[in-house]
Amino acid sequence: MTDRDMETDHLPENTGGAGHGTLTKDAAAENPFQDPGLPAYRPRVTDLDPKAAKRAERQVALLFLVSIVGIIGSMVCYTFVPNDRVHTFTGLGTVNMNNLALGLCLGFAFLAMGGGAIHWARTLMTDVDLVQERHPMKSDAESTAFAVSEFKQGVADSGFTKYPLIRRSLLTAMLLLPLPAVWLLRDLGPLPDDNLRHTLWAPGEKLVNPNTGQPLKASDVPTGTLALANPAALADDPENRIDNLAKAAVLVVRLPQEALKGSEEQKKKQWDWSVDGVMAFSKICTHVGCPVALYEQQTHHMLCPCHQSTFDLSDDGKVIFGPAARSLPQLPITVDADGNLVAVSDFREPVGPSFWERG
Amino acid sequence: MSATHAPVGGASADNGPVKTDPVSTWADERLGIYKGTKNLIRKVFPDHWSFLLGEIALFSFILILLSGVFLTLWFNPSMGEVEYHGSYLPLQGVSMSEAYASTLHISFDVRAGLLMRQVHHWAALIFIMAIMVHMLRIFFTGAFRKPREINWLIGFTLMVLGLLEGFAGYSLPDDLLSGTGLRIASGVILSIPIVGTYVSYFLFGGDFPGHDFIPRLFTIHVLLIPALIVGLVTAHLILVFVQKHTQWAGPGKTNENVVGLPLLPVYTAKAGGFMFVIFGVVFLLAGLVQINPIWAYGPYTPDQISAGSQPDWYIGFLEGSLRMMPNWEWNIWGHTLSFNVLIPSLVVPGILFTGLALWPFFEQWVTGDKREHHLLDRPRNRPTRTGIGVAGITFYGVLWLGGGNDIIATHFHLSVEALTWTFRVLVFLGPVIAFWCTKRIALGLQRRDKDKVLHGRETGIIKVSLGGEFTEVHEPLSAGERYRLTAHEVQKPLELGPATDENGVERPGNRALKLRARASQAMFSDNVETTVEEYKELEAGHGHH
Repeated sequence: MTDRDMETDHLPENTGGAGHGTLTKDAAAENPFQDPGLPAYRPRVTDLDPKAAKRAERQVALLFLVSIVGIIGSMVCYTFVPNDRVHTFTGLGTVNMNNLALGLCLGFAFLAMGGGAIHWARTLMTDVDLVQERHPMKSDAESTAFAVSEFKQGVADSGFTKYPLIRRSLLTAMLLLPLPAVWLLRDLGPLPDDNLRHTLWAPGEKLVNPNTGQPLKASDVPTGTLALANPAALADDPENRIDNLAKAAVLVVRLPQEALKGSEEQKKKQWDWSVDGVMAFSKICTHVGCPVALYEQQTHHMLCPCHQSTFDLSDDGKVIFGPAARSLPQLPITVDADGNLVAVSDFREPVGPSFWERG
Repeated sequence: MSATHAPVGGASADNGPVKTDPVSTWADERLGIYKGTKNLIRKVFPDHWSFLLGEIALFSFILILLSGVFLTLWFNPSMGEVEYHGSYLPLQGVSMSEAYASTLHISFDVRAGLLMRQVHHWAALIFIMAIMVHMLRIFFTGAFRKPREINWLIGFTLMVLGLLEGFAGYSLPDDLLSGTGLRIASGVILSIPIVGTYVSYFLFGGDFPGHDFIPRLFTIHVLLIPALIVGLVTAHLILVFVQKHTQWAGPGKTNENVVGLPLLPVYTAKAGGFMFVIFGVVFLLAGLVQINPIWAYGPYTPDQISAGSQPDWYIGFLEGSLRMMPNWEWNIWGHTLSFNVLIPSLVVPGILFTGLALWPFFEQWVTGDKREHHLLDRPRNRPTRTGIGVAGITFYGVLWLGGGNDIIATHFHLSVEALTWTFRVLVFLGPVIAFWCTKRIALGLQRRDKDKVLHGRETGIIKVSLGGEFTEVHEPLSAGERYRLTAHEVQKPLELGPATDENGVERPGNRALKLRARASQAMFSDNVETTVEEYKELEAGHGHH
């Protein structure tokens, strides 16, 4: 004899509750997996004990009272806690006291209001499960027949099938209708032309310090430092300053000649485009256009913080890691009569992200 | 329409004129409110914690709308440059866009402005999180099956709109972080073959960033997308009402009924209360936990960036996808195809999202099941679906982690290159392992259920027989519990007969059928079934062992 023998003895005569049950002992023997029906309603403490119900009532009211206090408190805090007062709390950091007070007042006001409603529902509202039947979404045959005949009548009355000329011309017009919706957007912007191929850099254009606006000299860039430079012409067109900057920003480093890598031809080009090893590269990543910014002076690696594309400046800006596919373009520079660094020309290739027409 | 079996509060017996108040009568004579609402007032909703996820999305959306209206009263969506002279001293005299300056104004000079900004941002993060988890709930429990496929698609569209709306809002303040996000977006647009450059010039009104984008984005963010979301949410909810909510199988809960508590009062109180709880949590977060301190980032300028730049969490998977992609680019016939941008930012999410949207239709094709389903699946009873879902989560999760590879590298002193390679491998391997483990676990749980149904629950009580044999006492399950564990249908794999008839003519559509049978075999061949016969056999055999 095993413990399983108790199985049928424990099965109640009628396992259904609250009148929903359909499972009798006989039916259960027939199909032991059958739905026994909804279990009997189990009353809560608040259903049985008026004291408990009274207590729940007071708890709910107290929560709503807290909510009232929070709501009024938020207006008091709005008015009296200065918006410029800050305080530093462990774990929270430095916080604006007005913000903190408002957040706490309204936060607890909402929580108490929500908590009160839920507590009310859980303890005092009738919670006997109701059962509603589902019906198939599909329309019944009668409705279907009626709707179809109505529709057919409507179509017949219109003569839509009878006059093909009207039908076809209308359909053609409707097909054409979306086109103006696109057409009329033409003036959203200018055509790209070759804008992506040009920057503000031009022969003789001075490299200036972005912060001071002063021209950059080769002596400003000792080995191991990273300098930033903008074209001097950037200041001439304040209206389009940011657009121009987005293509023209360069970084300037000084590399010793022996640090250069790659083919002789490449080393010669890279050196020729520099001023005694001071060379300028586009600051705009060739991946999706973030400004590259993290420079490792020992390895001459330049890293883009957005997606970690890493460029080796000593190897003509080649990509050595990450998703960028093309080298950082180098800007050929020289010195003018005053010893200022100036561009020899614009970049020899488009800077920044790739685009379809780039080639 | 709906038969209620409540022991309390039945319909009134007499049909005589019911006294109503004059306001309701006035409204009824014009709107027919009694006719329209008679079946709604006591409409039944089943109760389960997992049904609250969609509510979280709805309630946080309401909060987003309210706080958003507040913000528009001061926000100035303009890219015109101004010099800052507000009360935040570190940025005094700095040149910035009016959008950024007005966001600083809201944060420092408008009382409750910072609170509403933080409410708006926190609620947005919670909104998208809730949508996604809600969607996973629907997926894993099969709540997308007939008749709810349309609502699945509406929900899917809402998720996509939510992502777009979030990204648009995140970009509006024109701070350094969000501007960098837009720069990345512009780079992604440029990578689109043939039209990319044109799309970028039309969107930005010329070169990036131009002067038009923030005002355009503002209209999209406060009008276009919210209107679409409100419309679709309404349709979503109407469908939930019309089709009635799904429920878990249990005693008295079948595919033909819906068991729960009525809209008035219980569901109204619980859902309304829950709404305020969500509001409360968001307001506490907004009061206590700083989010998106744009003043610390500074105004956007295309030549500056800070290390450790991270987008809002829901964009992280795209960021990771971009980061782990190898640098493939083709130059063919004078044109550039940037696979390094195109694949991770458009193809990968494209496949992921298309698969998600079409899953209900794929599954229906495999099962050939055209019936209505209102009882939820326990995930274990659909091991392949559950496995694919977990594989999808794993894929998404690896992409998402990849988006933080620099943060992980600096926090744990790891090489960012090694991490990137790890993610490159994991993004393929992880989903396979996850699928396999999940499927095994699900099948194991099925066997456990079978064991429980046939042999009862383990009680932990050990009996010693006179012969010295130790056995554990198993307590039989209640009839209700037995029903709950056996109520699901065990889907049988599709078996194909001979491919040709007696005349050697091939069955029409044989190729598709074979494919379907193979998918069906893969999905259902190892399901565990517990039959009444097995149960009865064990019952009958009890006396003999």
